[in-house]
Amino acid sequence: MAERTLVERIWAEHVIEGTGEELIFIDMHLVHEITSPQAFEGLRDTGRRVRRPDLTIATADHDVPTSSRQVPLADEIGRRQLMLQIRNCREFGVELHPMNSLGQGIVHVIGPQMGLTLPGMTIVCGDSHTATHGAFGAVAFGIGTSQVEHVLATQTLRMAKPKSMLVRLDGTISPQATAKDVALAVIRAIGTDGGTGHLIEFQGPVIDRMSMEGRMTLCNMAIEAGARSGLIAPDETTFAYLEGRERAPQGADWERARAEWSTYRSAPDAVFDTVVELDLDGLGPQVTWGTNPGQTTDIDGAVPDPAALADPVAREAAVRALDYMGLRPGQRIAEIPIRTVFIGSCTNGRLEDLRAAAEVVKGHTVADGITALVVPGSEKIKRQAEAEGLHEVFTAAGFQWRNPGCSMCIAMNGDVVEPGTHAASTSNRNFEGRQGPGARTHLVSPRSAAATAISGRLAASLAD
Amino acid sequence: MDKIDSITGTAVPIDASDVDTDQIIPAVWMKRVERTGFQDGLFAKWRRDPGFVLNQPERRGATILVAGPNFGCGSSREHAPWALRDYGFKAIIAPSFADIFRNNLPNIGLVPVTLDEASCRKVMAAVTADAATPVTVDLVARTVTCTAAGVVDVPFVIEENARYRLINGKDLIDLALDFDEQIRRHEERRPFWMPRTNGQVEPAFELSGVEQ
Repeated sequence: MAERTLVERIWAEHVIEGTGEELIFIDMHLVHEITSPQAFEGLRDTGRRVRRPDLTIATADHDVPTSSRQVPLADEIGRRQLMLQIRNCREFGVELHPMNSLGQGIVHVIGPQMGLTLPGMTIVCGDSHTATHGAFGAVAFGIGTSQVEHVLATQTLRMAKPKSMLVRLDGTISPQATAKDVALAVIRAIGTDGGTGHLIEFQGPVIDRMSMEGRMTLCNMAIEAGARSGLIAPDETTFAYLEGRERAPQGADWERARAEWSTYRSAPDAVFDTVVELDLDGLGPQVTWGTNPGQTTDIDGAVPDPAALADPVAREAAVRALDYMGLRPGQRIAEIPIRTVFIGSCTNGRLEDLRAAAEVVKGHTVADGITALVVPGSEKIKRQAEAEGLHEVFTAAGFQWRNPGCSMCIAMNGDVVEPGTHAASTSNRNFEGRQGPGARTHLVSPRSAAATAISGRLAASLAD
Repeated sequence: MDKIDSITGTAVPIDASDVDTDQIIPAVWMKRVERTGFQDGLFAKWRRDPGFVLNQPERRGATILVAGPNFGCGSSREHAPWALRDYGFKAIIAPSFADIFRNNLPNIGLVPVTLDEASCRKVMAAVTADAATPVTVDLVARTVTCTAAGVVDVPFVIEENARYRLINGKDLIDLALDFDEQIRRHEERRPFWMPRTNGQVEPAFELSGVEQ
């Protein structure tokens, strides 16, 4: 038998039948309030049940307000959606962590937090950033609402096995750079469609040294490189994160599971369909200047000149992006006037991210004219951060300390960037209008977002 | 779902690369809980420009969208295909699609037509020049024809399973449930360490006054 990649192994362990497009079993189905109502309605219409409620978990994250959570919510449509989710979960027997519950949070934050995300699993959610869970050596990907209904009804999906791509990250990144900067650098290098059709496995010394939180950030953004998902083979870092988590195996089961998981890695001579090797030695903090995450440059650099781009499609996209962003070629990144700073999202809303930002913020004050908010990824993270006093560091500096949710990453809960103004955001997408109509987004790491809020201009640190 | 052999109709050209799902339908539309009625959200932001192609009266009734490379990138929201369907589109022709988006289309009866870039450009030019230009997507023969563009019986790419389902109007869930016995056998041999959920709706914090 040919030596296999990790993805090929996990895939093979889940195939039920078929060739080409195969029927695969889904080990965990994450559900949120936005992409599921129509799926539950479909079940009701056809008289179907949820086949495996014990492999399904729901939370409310996209719609929930992050300021006041006084009920009933002022947002009538949002309120209707949240109430319907509670009704659906009751009716179909699905575990739900609704707004104002201790387990609530961004769906991709609470899965790993609870220990529901484990190596060797297949995990899906009606959300493209499901790729986050790949950090644990799981095959995890976003699906559409028809597929949500399909998984609810059958606990399976009909899918073609993705092509395999190895992204090997060599070198030592600079001390100021984070996993977010690595993610942006990868997309900058391979493009927003560089991973199309593939599931990326990240390997290399940069990965070996990366924390679990950082790996989640990186896998989270694999989708922004066009990939179906990203994944990283489990190692000691993974096991240290998982040990003792509520739903992870305990005691003797833990030892047995851990021994099995240690074998979940690509064979040394496994053949990948595509191989990319990037030397990230000395990589510094990154920032997006355009309207897709591939339009990235060094934060201490300048806006590139579209005329210098060889590819006509990329050139035209760059011209369009600069027009939308209101920037000119050659403009220093540090000159871009920032009005909003957002720290949060499934990309960078975990405790490690908040700690990194707080470390920069401590003892400083948010610059005049800047609205800065911190939105923890989950209620538990919020409480842990408060136990560490991080909220006081932020509020003393002039940041708003909010309740957990997707918030300004998708801007559908009322948290929006003012039209035509620039935001430094730790989220994952800088598309036109993503953070509100006319919003001009610059994706950065939590450290850079913090430094930007304090210095009033795009910056990676205060020493600049 | 309706069975589809071939689609012939006029087309709407969207000549840009990397058109993302936030452009196809803004996130504010995702607050709806209904399964239909998304047509007004389609390209909502761009439609505010009176000159936008969808606002041209002669484009009314078009059933085919001709798009640039990496169409549908971004989120997995099926609201994007729903908006295209509710507007009246039946097929999308592009040199390439974002994966999730392409997979979503056949599930609601839309045909993703991956056509070589040169032919795509010709079709784009022809339908841009004349809104009345007919385009045919033949799902059985797996070809695109747009005579005015000089594109005749040019083969396109589509996953075989998606094509089978579109031609036969089959519901994917019914197809899967035919394998109930095999699913059951898989369930019996899953590893011991696979996690479970508890089926409970977690109560709100005390005094939060949350509606449940």
